[in-house]
Amino acid sequence: MHVLICGGTGCKSSNSLDIIDNFRTILKEKNLQNEVQVIKTGCFGFCEKGPIVKIMPDNTFYTQVKPEDVRRIVEEHIVKGRKVPELLYMNPENKEHVSDSKHMDFYKKQIRIALRNCGFVDPENIEESISRGGYEALAKCLTEMTPEQVIAEMKASGLRGRGGAGFPTGLKWELCAKNKADQKYVICNADEGDPGAFMDRSILEGDPNSIVEAMAICGYAIGATKGLVYIRAEYPLAIERLRIAIAQAREYGLLGEDVLGTGFNFDIELRYGAGAFVCGEETALIHSMEGQRGEPTLKPPFPAVSGYLGKPSNVNNVETLANVPVIITKGAAWFRTIGTEKSPGTKVFALAGQINNVGLIEVPMGITLREIIYEIGGGIKDGRQFKAVQTGGPSGGCLTAKHLDTAIDYDSLVAAGSMMGSGGMVVMDETSCMPAIAKFYLEFTCEESCGKCSPCRIGNKRLCEILEKITSGNGTMEDLQNLRNLAAVIKDTALCGLGQTSPNPVLSTLDNFWDEYVEHVVDKKCRAGVCKKLMKYEIDREKCIGCGKCAKGCPADAISSANYIAPGHKLSSMTIDAEKCLKCGACISGCKFGAISVK
Amino acid sequence: MAIIKLSEDKVRVIKDICASFGNKSGEIINVLHQVQGRFGYLSAEVQEEVAHELNMSVAKVYGIVSFYSFFTMQPKGEHPIDVCLGTACYVRGAEKVLDAFSRQLNVKIGECTPDGKFSLNTLRCVGACGLAPVAMIGDKVYGRLTPDMIPGIIAEYNN
Amino acid sequence: MINLTIDNKPVQVEEGTTILKAARKAGIHIPTLCHYELKGMKLENRPGGCRVCVVEVKGRRNLAPACATDCMEGMEVFTHSARVVNARRTVVELILSDHPADCLTCAKSGECELQSLAQYLGIRDIPFKGEQSHYRADFSPSIVRDMDKCIMCRRCETMCNKFQTVGALSGVNRGFKAVVAPAFEQDLQDSPCTFCGQCVMACPVGALTEVDHTRQVINAINDPKKTVVVQTAPAVRVALGEEFGMQPGEIVTGKMAAALRRLGFDYVFDTDFAADLTIMEEGTELLGRISKAMAGDKSVRLPILTSCCPGWVNFFEHNFPDMLDVPSTAKSPQQMFGAITKSYWAQKMGLKREDIVCVSIMPCVAKKYECQRDEFKVDGNPDVDYSLTTRELARFIKQYNLNLKDLPVEDFDSPLGQSTGAAVIFGTTGGVIEAATRTAYEVFTGKKLDKVDFTELRGMEGIRDAHVDFNGTDIHIGIAHGLSNARRLLEMVRNGEAQFHAIEVMACPGGCVGGAGQPYHHGNTEIIQKRADALYREDAGKPIRKSHENPDIQTLYKEFLGEPCGHLSHELLHTHYFDRTDKVVIEGK
Repeated sequence: MHVLICGGTGCKSSNSLDIIDNFRTILKEKNLQNEVQVIKTGCFGFCEKGPIVKIMPDNTFYTQVKPEDVRRIVEEHIVKGRKVPELLYMNPENKEHVSDSKHMDFYKKQIRIALRNCGFVDPENIEESISRGGYEALAKCLTEMTPEQVIAEMKASGLRGRGGAGFPTGLKWELCAKNKADQKYVICNADEGDPGAFMDRSILEGDPNSIVEAMAICGYAIGATKGLVYIRAEYPLAIERLRIAIAQAREYGLLGEDVLGTGFNFDIELRYGAGAFVCGEETALIHSMEGQRGEPTLKPPFPAVSGYLGKPSNVNNVETLANVPVIITKGAAWFRTIGTEKSPGTKVFALAGQINNVGLIEVPMGITLREIIYEIGGGIKDGRQFKAVQTGGPSGGCLTAKHLDTAIDYDSLVAAGSMMGSGGMVVMDETSCMPAIAKFYLEFTCEESCGKCSPCRIGNKRLCEILEKITSGNGTMEDLQNLRNLAAVIKDTALCGLGQTSPNPVLSTLDNFWDEYVEHVVDKKCRAGVCKKLMKYEIDREKCIGCGKCAKGCPADAISSANYIAPGHKLSSMTIDAEKCLKCGACISGCKFGAISVK
Repeated sequence: MAIIKLSEDKVRVIKDICASFGNKSGEIINVLHQVQGRFGYLSAEVQEEVAHELNMSVAKVYGIVSFYSFFTMQPKGEHPIDVCLGTACYVRGAEKVLDAFSRQLNVKIGECTPDGKFSLNTLRCVGACGLAPVAMIGDKVYGRLTPDMIPGIIAEYNN
Repeated sequence: MINLTIDNKPVQVEEGTTILKAARKAGIHIPTLCHYELKGMKLENRPGGCRVCVVEVKGRRNLAPACATDCMEGMEVFTHSARVVNARRTVVELILSDHPADCLTCAKSGECELQSLAQYLGIRDIPFKGEQSHYRADFSPSIVRDMDKCIMCRRCETMCNKFQTVGALSGVNRGFKAVVAPAFEQDLQDSPCTFCGQCVMACPVGALTEVDHTRQVINAINDPKKTVVVQTAPAVRVALGEEFGMQPGEIVTGKMAAALRRLGFDYVFDTDFAADLTIMEEGTELLGRISKAMAGDKSVRLPILTSCCPGWVNFFEHNFPDMLDVPSTAKSPQQMFGAITKSYWAQKMGLKREDIVCVSIMPCVAKKYECQRDEFKVDGNPDVDYSLTTRELARFIKQYNLNLKDLPVEDFDSPLGQSTGAAVIFGTTGGVIEAATRTAYEVFTGKKLDKVDFTELRGMEGIRDAHVDFNGTDIHIGIAHGLSNARRLLEMVRNGEAQFHAIEVMACPGGCVGGAGQPYHHGNTEIIQKRADALYREDAGKPIRKSHENPDIQTLYKEFLGEPCGHLSHELLHTHYFDRTDKVVIEGK
């Protein structure tokens, strides 16, 4: 019997490590420590309901487990074989308990390729990976296939880069393989920087061996003996697990000299990112690894010709690599049965925002947004109205209800004015203000722009300033025109992918939410109630009893006596000085009489 | 000619870290990570010494330190507070949480309280979007935050 | 060969040619801003950052930077389509939106590449209003940094790091806050800056300029108590004319002397006189060291390094503290001139030191720093009071309503105005060592030279080496211009990879003719070459071409100094060097 407990970052912050400790202690107490294995796994994906505990082999899926629940699980389920119903997932529609994840809406439509082992193996034990088919693909490549055949298989699979623009992976490998050099490098981009995306982290935390294996396969295919993982320093757990996987792989002869006795040499080193989103761009990433400022340079030369230290290098992101071993073992033809013609396979999305089931999902390409949001995601939080979904992070755009039935893949997202990006998917309801969302992304881009090229350095700053003007109620219709023109020029002239895509959030919200912009500019209104400067807090002096609680709680001393006693009240009503008011909302939440409102 | 004053301990630590990377300038980012890990921040003096050990210009070292947001030249508080401003947290009200921290501690983003106890910063996505909005204090993640929870959280550290 | 069309015009270029170069070849102008190339000197700054040179390439999704995009077979390029013109204009408007609009008072006005670009594009209003970058202005003895004007072209950074390997500047911060600065945005003076000024020469805008000392000089001239003496360096006379519409390389020595006299300088002398003096001192020092070494003295340091170039002196003080006894101890001509003026000449004229103001006209910005060094002062009074660049002199002349073209040709005053052909070539790479060779040969061998031209020492290669036969003794000479080349040469010496007797170093491309105080060449190295050619022409036309034959120099030794490298020479004409590397000191010790 196995107890699998999620050790991903989300569940860890909800005390999942205490749960693990409790399991170990209580099992020992019952003298069951040899019969029941406690395994700390990577992310199960269903972060909304974390921490998650899974009991194998009967596949029972406990959600929102607290450390104090462990005793009941051990005593009831493990000892007596009776499931604990209160801890099981409850179907929100028919209120029935579901014990097997397969029957949960969240998992039903998912197909797990990149995440195949996440939540099933102990990421710190290579044997568990091997028992689930890990390193089989590497063995197959080294013993049954030539490098050319590996590349041919990858090309046939149609796998496209999962990190952003969707460049065909097999073609990328082929370009690098063609260049002769004394040294080549396989680089894994694990510098996930998109705010709101954490799939790479989850794969590295949950299944680091798949990345080690894929890098070795790539090394064999392109003729490289060295692999480098460029990983975010802010991901300590992923770093730790990757280190363990690399060390164990070396021990098992799966890395290092003479891998599996085939004469193939390959080893992997780690390099740390230091907090620069632009380093997701491959030339910037390479410069950063070389110990320079992470500024992109012009392509060509492409890394396949002149990359790390001037040597041919192949850069793939984590999720892309996670697909590789499965393609090799199951074949390109199988892979092509999933997804769409031009975008085969699956995509991992980090589903977040105003949605019921937040988490990490892997779905076949071609699925619709409606399926993701309403079936997997369980719909909008608190029964509110769907407004938009943002995909592709700061490089992507906002899609609306009219796109809900679009089958999503690389090309359809671009056609709809967004992009796949790394897979952030943030769902918004009517409480989100679209000009403010555009500003939020632009602020991010401004902060993360490297500053090398003028359109990105100055242009994005100006876009942001215009958006600030609009969300402050000072915008003009001319500003809206300027936004469009400037955004188009930045797209057309910026040096790298970051700058070329940075206006997308502006352009897509302008296209899809033009009325909302006009409202901000002409009516000076923010329908979502987000733009503080367009709001006015008022106290209804007839309702106010003059208790003064609001004045005490006001951080800006903006509330004072109105010198007016309403009929039936003993004390003077209060009034808000609009000049001083910070619009923090502290007064509203403190007023028991509903006397304060926002206009 | 600049005279850089550093304690003997610090000089030794820096020399050791640089030596462990073969004193190669290409390893500068790894070196800075470790040095910051030891000292908490990268003072001008420390950067001078790193430049010296790796045979690089100090301007280049500073160019790198000032480029990457992970590196800081400011000492952090005893309890560094980082509020996530990733998209998932943003749409679930992270700005209000940030405001609440700022008000409660009476510091702006990037500042440290006068007693050196707390410093307030923002970061982008800690990968706990399920708990949005989140903040980290030291290594501890606080999830599903609302502004009214902040005074209580700060109080935990003040006792 | 690759065939393409640019603006529908067929063009054939070699593989690896950029669109920019192909367009230039076809006579099509594509404006640029960050691109900076010193042709023939292996330096090209093309970060592709400004995006001003973007062009439309048929079939390509976005616009391509012409400076960094290679031509491909069958490419169709449009350099001025509506899309391109709109984008280019918007990009320049953006750059202007973060640039102070103070052209009226900007030192670079009229020479500013951004200003020309705005004019070229007909920009009359900047639609983007918003935050502008603000930085503390940084005044060093030579260079003013006003980073509010920086446009992040990175030319200065490239010159400082790639061409000069000085490493004073780097791109710092990121995004809108990105700027080029010394470490910790400290003052240039506290950085390893050598004040060579190549950043100033490369800067397309007014972010980096020389410190202007014209006003102080005017005040001195107007002060009736002061006797104002001016000296002019050799490279100035072949470049000054450019500021008055003359061709690069036109020699304006006589007209310049006339102009200086009309500006009110009391005595118009020539740094060339001091250059001849330098040869006497440095040549004697070289021969002394060679003779000792040949006699088996192991303590002698060879090669001797020239020490005329203040950028180079600063460079070795910052980078080769272990080799401070290698360079010649001879002061630079500027400083020798000042020292002699305020001793020998003052005595002769019956003037008090403090009543003399010595001004130099230099092709250089480092000279401004050099003349302020403490070791070149007597009781706080500097040997050379002010150093003006060629550009400052040109502005000065224009302000006084003089047109150089119309002025008569006049001579320098005597006795510090007489010089030889050897002194004239001090202004170009290889010139100092050629001048020294002419004298050293004759002194060493006791024979007269048949031919004074040592063409093997001339040229524009960054590092050159040549062997000169001193009557059976092989003298090995090294020459470098550009501090990266100097570094390579010196590291070879330090590591024992090369044996030289003498090495000449000049910090600037082509030597002083390419100095940072010269009229802006905007990267056109042909201008530098023409100035150098002019110096060799002037040399060839001189009646006396060897320093030791300068009669006024002979008189100076006879009347005052005694012998080269003698006691008084050592006091007045030689100096010593300082270790200027950063020092890590253990706290509390």
